[in-house]
Amino acid sequence: MAVEGFSLRKLQACVAARMLEDHRSVFVGTGLPMIAALLAQRTHAPGILILFEAGGIGPQPPVLPISVGDSRTFHRAVAASSMHDAMSAAQAGYLDYGFLGAAQIDMYGNINTTVIGAWEHPRARLPGSGGANDLGSFCHRTIVIMQQDRRRFVEKVDFLTTPGYLTGPGARERAGLPAGSGPYRVITQLGVYGFHPESKRMQLLSVHPGVTVEEACANSAFEVLVPERVGTTAPPTEEELRLLGEIDPMGISVGR
Amino acid sequence: MEILAEGHGELLGWHDPDENREWVRTHKPRALVDKRMTVREAVERYVHDGDYLAMGGFGHIRTPMALVYEIIRQRRRNLAVAGKTAVHDIDILIGAGCVSRVEVAYAFGHELRGLSPAGRRAVESDQCRVVAEISNGGYQWRFLAGMMGIPFIPSRNMLGTDTFEKSACKVARDPWSGKPVCLIPAAYPDVAIFHVPRADMYGNAQIDGILVEDFELARAARRVIVTTEEIVDNERIRAEPWHTVIPFYVVDAVCEVPYGAHPCQMPYLYFFDEEHIGEWLRLSRTPEGTEDYFARYVYGVSDFEAYLELVGGVRKLSYLRRVERLQERMQAPWL
Repeated sequence: MAVEGFSLRKLQACVAARMLEDHRSVFVGTGLPMIAALLAQRTHAPGILILFEAGGIGPQPPVLPISVGDSRTFHRAVAASSMHDAMSAAQAGYLDYGFLGAAQIDMYGNINTTVIGAWEHPRARLPGSGGANDLGSFCHRTIVIMQQDRRRFVEKVDFLTTPGYLTGPGARERAGLPAGSGPYRVITQLGVYGFHPESKRMQLLSVHPGVTVEEACANSAFEVLVPERVGTTAPPTEEELRLLGEIDPMGISVGR
Repeated sequence: MEILAEGHGELLGWHDPDENREWVRTHKPRALVDKRMTVREAVERYVHDGDYLAMGGFGHIRTPMALVYEIIRQRRRNLAVAGKTAVHDIDILIGAGCVSRVEVAYAFGHELRGLSPAGRRAVESDQCRVVAEISNGGYQWRFLAGMMGIPFIPSRNMLGTDTFEKSACKVARDPWSGKPVCLIPAAYPDVAIFHVPRADMYGNAQIDGILVEDFELARAARRVIVTTEEIVDNERIRAEPWHTVIPFYVVDAVCEVPYGAHPCQMPYLYFFDEEHIGEWLRLSRTPEGTEDYFARYVYGVSDFEAYLELVGGVRKLSYLRRVERLQERMQAPWL
């Protein structure tokens, strides 16, 4: 589904890129997160520090990497290091942003990427945590990019792979997770969500062009908080679209 | 120490640190001895039915594929495998029926290429069991504790989640901060297998590019097999000792296997063979197709050299080298 001249994946990449701040660090996976980080690097955040969990640190990839450990993730990097180094940096507080994907998410931003159905006899086996639990535990702010519908925005995740705000305010800290960390934004094909500062429940921040607030809420099995003012996501600029074409000329992640 | 919670996953590959010290004392080589052998001999000697196996690299980066194929050729069974970001390596092993148990950080996926038909089919039909979950960070810290010779390492991941609940970790109260911490148990795989760009005949192995968790895994594993693009003179190792990631005293076997990571990527040398990975992903959609793949590429060839000819020989390998060096564009069926 395309919205007048740009695909929703391109919009998602732009939205994610705009969230990143210059002179901050971001832990990225392949796909849209990588594109978002590279787009930020080429627009408002030239000084952003990009890290990959397999050990690529501060790379300048000439082409889009297709794996989190691919040699492109340490092309012209400041260091080709190890997972122990990257994960330790995150645990020690060096990582500001982390990107995650999700098969299911609940209103507190808890994520499932492990199984659909019961763990013992899954209806569908998914890859598991990978580095997601680590990023979701350690990064100061995590950003989730996912498809949204009532089977994915669920009351209760089938398996809690990666911690959001767990059972609500204070639960992360009680569990022993680093203070002040947790999910920051959720970007779907319908809109952008944040988390209410007190209740830690997911709330709508903006809907994408052509999407209504009702549509965004109807595509969730839990009640999405709707503040008085809900913005409309700014569409990609011509410059952003041009850069996306440069970053991903083969349309690996954003389509052509 | 006050234990606040316990995961219920199976504890794979743990030993009492004193027991492991004794094992190391008795079995690991301190002398510089020639450890060169063929992959056939290395697998015959060091990979046994029922072993707990871990692969170096990153699932489809610097993956010891010649050894993986040889394990399949020798029909090892009931392996427990570390799903420490296991991608193409574990998918092939599960598809061939070698694996009965997996501890999963990441498995059953091929990153951007999609999910693994063979691995998922085996798990969803109970032919292969997931016995524990963990995270990537957690798994490599299991090896860190192992290489340090300590029983566990404290960390701040997995807390509050089902990943913890299905792991073999425990939560205890940190005696200093008073906060809950996750205790990640050491792991000592029975055998770990690696592919590197160069090693000498004693097993001093050097790696170019990211190390992933090979530094820790090689030191934690009880047996280590290294395949290498080339065996170099010991003088070459000594000229740049800072590149040595795996030292000889943790290594049991060294095998020279050019292109030993094919169809996976070898940083700075050759790119993923997307055509071949694509063929596996296509064929492995059905049990019959999976059998066809192994009949053709593993049982149907005598060794890895014959396999390389079959997948396209010099022409294909030159192309993969050009793509890795950014001299040619990648072609991929999934694009």
